[in-house]
Amino acid sequence: MREYKVYRIEHGTVIDHIPHWNSLKVLDLLGLRQGSDLVTVGIGLDSKNMGRKDLVKVENRELSQEEMNKLALVAPQATINLIRNSERTHKHKVEVPDHIVGLVRCPNVGCITRHEHVPTRFDAISRTPLELRCYYCNYPFRSEELELL
Amino acid sequence: MLKNRSLVSIRDLSRAEIELVLDTAHKLENHRGRHLEHRQVALLFYEASTRTRNSFLTAVHQLGGSEAGFSSGEGSSVAKGESLHDTIKMFSAYCDAIVLRHPRDGAARWAADVSDVPIINAGDGKNQHPTQTLLDLYAIRATQGRIENLSIGIMGDLKYGRTVHSLVDALSLYPGVQLHCISPESLALPKSYGPHQVHQRLEDVIPQVDILYCTRIQRERLPDEAEYEKVKGIYRLNAAHLHNARPHMRVLHPLPRVDEIHPDVDVTNHAYYFQQAAGGVAVRKALLYLLLGLS
Repeated sequence: MREYKVYRIEHGTVIDHIPHWNSLKVLDLLGLRQGSDLVTVGIGLDSKNMGRKDLVKVENRELSQEEMNKLALVAPQATINLIRNSERTHKHKVEVPDHIVGLVRCPNVGCITRHEHVPTRFDAISRTPLELRCYYCNYPFRSEELELL
Repeated sequence: MLKNRSLVSIRDLSRAEIELVLDTAHKLENHRGRHLEHRQVALLFYEASTRTRNSFLTAVHQLGGSEAGFSSGEGSSVAKGESLHDTIKMFSAYCDAIVLRHPRDGAARWAADVSDVPIINAGDGKNQHPTQTLLDLYAIRATQGRIENLSIGIMGDLKYGRTVHSLVDALSLYPGVQLHCISPESLALPKSYGPHQVHQRLEDVIPQVDILYCTRIQRERLPDEAEYEKVKGIYRLNAAHLHNARPHMRVLHPLPRVDEIHPDVDVTNHAYYFQQAAGGVAVRKALLYLLLGLS
């Protein structure tokens, strides 16, 4: 196996085991396109378990637990490594939160949240595979239909 | 038990609470009183309704109350672009309870979140219609003496029909209920509604069931006219179909019917849909009585 072409970081966060091509969604979800953080993205890296995977490194930033849980929406198997002084100090698995507020658009076009100014809210009804139910219209859907706000 | 609560989805009620509503409806069936005197109930109907609106109106009057609101969005502040949020805020300041029918799925839950008074969902889009379900259960119990351990056929538009979704949710609380779903494949009950037997021929189901719940194919909820043309008139129950029905089997329908039940069924012992609709007043009186904590 060839070496990764993604250099080490001294301080920050490495998000590994992102499904292939979902790294761009991770950037959106964490607002990394707008921020000033130095971000490195690896797309289509070799993975023993996933075949191909993506990876995101964010320098000088540590994710909060809430941010890590958000990641479960687009990368349910992701591992998050916190790096301090070039050493991994913590390793976390993401966990889908019970309730997801204001992050996702309801796929049901008839839902009140698509027509009025209502903050969206979903309950996680299954984690593997990821399945959410709209708190308002009860529409259940899987991650394939998931669209971030 | 139910005082000051909203009724948005039938899932908001436990089996014991459903039984309380049905028992209270039975007690109030022929009752008129002044329990709601000096109180106002808002009837906010953004969509057309005949039975639901008028049975709520009759229920309010039979309990001695008065009503406010509108029977379509036109001519009200809604037509000027007022949000549901603002309309609910305003009426919850004027009235003691709000009965809401709205074309958007989830509108009633949103209304309940912003209202200071109980919201009663009188139908939100294709989502839920819990008061219809309570009167359906009232009819089932009245005709069969129980709800548990019954075999129940549900026919028609099971995909978009909100009365169907609410009824299936409620029946899941009763042990031993066997569900037989009869619909074209394109209008099948979503899988998320739990275990049920699927049929395409009505004749196969009639001898097996205690209740046959018929529904209209809802032209207004199908994605386009071509879809409607494919499925309209696919099921038409007539008196001849009922020759091998169980003697106690009753046919229910949330009404209005189009052509899914032939008028020759009306004169058979199996027809119960008009009595079912009549029970709506008692059930809605019971809901107002319990949610407003009347005595």
